[in-house]
Amino acid sequence: MSTAITHSTSVRADVRIAALLALVFGFGLVFMTGFAHSSVLHNAAHDTRHSLSFPCH
Amino acid sequence: MITRVFAVGLLAGLCAGLIVALLQAFTTTPLIIDAERFEGGHSHQHASAMHEAPFGGAKLYLAHATAGADGDGHSEWAPEDGLERTVYTGVATIGTATGFAFILIAAMLLGGERITQNTALGWGAAAFAAAGLAPAMGLAPELPGMMAEDLFARQQWWIMTAAMSAVGLWLLLRGETGWLRLLAIPVLLAPHLWGAPHPAIEAGASAVPAELAARFAAMSLAVQAVLWALTGFLVGTFWQRIGAASEAEADGR
Repeated sequence: MSTAITHSTSVRADVRIAALLALVFGFGLVFMTGFAHSSVLHNAAHDTRHSLSFPCH
Repeated sequence: MITRVFAVGLLAGLCAGLIVALLQAFTTTPLIIDAERFEGGHSHQHASAMHEAPFGGAKLYLAHATAGADGDGHSEWAPEDGLERTVYTGVATIGTATGFAFILIAAMLLGGERITQNTALGWGAAAFAAAGLAPAMGLAPELPGMMAEDLFARQQWWIMTAAMSAVGLWLLLRGETGWLRLLAIPVLLAPHLWGAPHPAIEAGASAVPAELAARFAAMSLAVQAVLWALTGFLVGTFWQRIGAASEAEADGR
């Protein structure tokens, strides 16, 4: 019984860690393509930013 | 679990991004390039930089890119018009789609949702409402050359609106009590009552024809809807196919 609880708790912690990593990675990507002020990133992603209506220049 | 999340996120983002990049090449990008003809107009906030630049093609685009804070952008890199520009736009769109896919997976996992085609499509639709429709209500999709308020102020409002709309939708759809669901209404309305940053608009201030801007706004929202729907659908599809068996085993189910 107690091993089953420990097991399911560790699975849930595992899910949460994976989800938080995915969240950070996802926001990082969207920030780079959609928001970063670096002019190289802006120029490369320019048409995408307009197309997906991120605020641009 | 981490392997599954990353495999599904990367695969769904890549596929959705590729399809939408193709769609953009025929829908929004021609309108953007068309609008750049008008970007040298007197109203543009970087008009001074524009006048120094030779009109047309990549040069115009470079000048436009001086929006950066340093204001010394004439030698800055920008993709050449044509294939190079299309490829960079494609890569940026795939990057965005991948980011969206990861955010969607993360939100569904943290929300304790089972990830299937149907549920992920539903979450994708909600994400479009929060990050597509809601910000567009205040800051309509913009073409180059249109008048706009300070970039940083618009970005702040955009992020605040997307975040509050996401929280509001969560309260509305998943609120445990009536009071929580009622709380969704002020949370959803607040960014719009606060108001998006807009410049004072005078007649003829923007050189971009209104017809072009209207077509672009509608097209941009449609492209975003397709992007979120596809991302959701593919996240659900791949989640069911990749690592489902080993996860079920680890879960003791």
